[in-house]
Amino acid sequence: MIVLRRQFFQALRVSRRAGFVFAAALAATPGLSFAAAPAATEPIKIGVYASLTGKEAVWGQSAEKATRLAVDDVNAAGGVLGRPLLAIIEDNQSKPGESVTAVRKLISRDKVIAILGEASSGRSLEAAPICQQARIPMISGGSNPKVTQVGNFIFRTHFIDPFQGTVMARFAREKLGAKRLALLTEVTNAYAVGLAKYFSADAAAHQMPIVIEQKYSAGERDFKAQLTAIKAAQVDAIFVPGYYTEAGLIVAQARELGLNLPVLGGDGWEGPQLLAIGGPALRDTYYCNNFSSESDVPETRRFIARYQARFQSMPGGTAADAYDAVLMLTDAIRRAGSTEPDKIRDALATTRGLSGVGGPLNVDAHRDQLKPAYILGYNSGDYHLVQVIQP
Amino acid sequence: MSEFLQQLLNGLSLGAIYALIALGYTMVYGVLRFINFAHSDVFMVGAFIGYYLGKLIPEGTLWGGMLVLSGAMIGCALLGMFIERVVYRPLRHGPTLNVLITAIGVSLLLEYTGQIVFGAAPRTFPQIFPTANYHVGALTISSNQVFVIGVAILLMIALQLIVFKTKIGTAMRAVSLNPKAAQLVGVNNNVVISFTFGLGSALAAAGGILYAMNYPSIDPLMGVMPGLKAFVAAILGGIGNIPGAALGGLLLGTVETFIGGSQFSTYKDAIAFAILIVILLFKPAGLLGKFTIEKV
Repeated sequence: MIVLRRQFFQALRVSRRAGFVFAAALAATPGLSFAAAPAATEPIKIGVYASLTGKEAVWGQSAEKATRLAVDDVNAAGGVLGRPLLAIIEDNQSKPGESVTAVRKLISRDKVIAILGEASSGRSLEAAPICQQARIPMISGGSNPKVTQVGNFIFRTHFIDPFQGTVMARFAREKLGAKRLALLTEVTNAYAVGLAKYFSADAAAHQMPIVIEQKYSAGERDFKAQLTAIKAAQVDAIFVPGYYTEAGLIVAQARELGLNLPVLGGDGWEGPQLLAIGGPALRDTYYCNNFSSESDVPETRRFIARYQARFQSMPGGTAADAYDAVLMLTDAIRRAGSTEPDKIRDALATTRGLSGVGGPLNVDAHRDQLKPAYILGYNSGDYHLVQVIQP
Repeated sequence: MSEFLQQLLNGLSLGAIYALIALGYTMVYGVLRFINFAHSDVFMVGAFIGYYLGKLIPEGTLWGGMLVLSGAMIGCALLGMFIERVVYRPLRHGPTLNVLITAIGVSLLLEYTGQIVFGAAPRTFPQIFPTANYHVGALTISSNQVFVIGVAILLMIALQLIVFKTKIGTAMRAVSLNPKAAQLVGVNNNVVISFTFGLGSALAAAGGILYAMNYPSIDPLMGVMPGLKAFVAAILGGIGNIPGAALGGLLLGTVETFIGGSQFSTYKDAIAFAILIVILLFKPAGLLGKFTIEKV
């Protein structure tokens, strides 16, 4: 018995020492075990999270298509640094909380070198701290300024809400001649709250009082109470910084209540659901987007033609952002000459004058973009380009 | 004043839908003494049946709309009876808690099966009835609102007639009063309970269609919030009491709309539910419920 026990302890001691030695070896040669030199043809893995299902599925699905198109384009041209790109795409079901899980999985299990996504600022804000902590560059399509403020690894392809809010307030003032305004904000949405704030700031600076501000939460369907209060406040226009499903319902219910005022929105309005729900009630509504299918920029026209040929549908702003995110990343990898996340980050921060499909890509000191805004207005069944506003 | 009347109208049309759903909760509770949590998902299925049937008929016709409405009601009645037969009946003699948990299970099953079958993305509900807007003074009344309130009142009257003037209604009340005694005098409990589920589910389907007409974006999780509110409405009115459920629904819808139109709109659910707590503190059995002591 005693012998046995001694043998057991000896064995334990040995194994413990072995464990220690192994750990020391790891510590002494960092990088060796984690970044063993890959074979030349091993693909470069990039992680994408998107809302492929759920409420904002339209955005995720078109972003996914555009990502595939962009990756295939890069690979057809010989890949990056002689290696093909491989996009690993995860769905967050348009739900809060899911993006964190998806991004953690992409980083820790799939060992991606960068994360792309997504169009929603709220969900980008969930994923950004994870990427920042893991020191993996992330390129978002969100517009809320807070997204890139998370840290120096977070970039974007989209313009930001202060610009968008100013553009819409100016449009209300100059083109619609509005004086008194109403706000109907989705308070559970970081994007909507931010956009409402920047819109009101510009309106207040130009003597356009926000007479009434009403609120709603995500997933609500009845807005008649808020709209009736807005109707009583006698305003000239309503600003609805939300997403397309609610925007469609709001406009339809406003018209049902006899509230035939101009209704304005931001880029969150983009989606075929808006047209399906709103229909002809959308007359006299305008929204601001980063993309217009009627743009005459050659890169945009080429992108639209190729996207349509492959997927038989019209790309939207989220598709352009997703395509440009791949462009920005491959350009950075090429200039960095490496797939190390730190070096890619440094290269991303110096992106200048890259011509994207949704306009020129220039990363500024805050890792944000300055891009033109397209104001679209409803006319006979669809939204058409009304005005292009340069930054 | 016109704003007040407009909000009252908005509130009543929302409340009428809550009332229709609440009736299903209250009837099942009245007969079986358990809360059928899957009821709100039958409501969702009703809206989806309407969505698919609505594609088959020309949009905006009265007969087509009626066809869709009755189709969804029949479909959901069958679904409700099926759920009762397959899931609840084998558990009927077990503890009530088991059936309650099973009801939550059925609810989740319907919601997530719905996500597989219908997809998780919201769909746009077709305009199945003709629509128009009427102006009365400063009031704007949409045909949908008139229709919702009208259909809800008609269905509630029909329900009241069924429960108090027909043979099956008498049997329902008998089973509710004492299931064993009802069986002794020759009432077939299984038939009565099946019928109760069918009737409640048909009302839920009607509620689903009316809801989808007013808020034409439907998805498999659409039943959760209205279902919860209707459940609260049923308790508010006195669970097990049919006029109480109607009253509770209308009251909740109106309160919610008035708060929604004020500056406290973000807190509308919190305030509506706080009012519920206050009412229950003073009237524990609900507005129209009778407080009975459980005999041991």
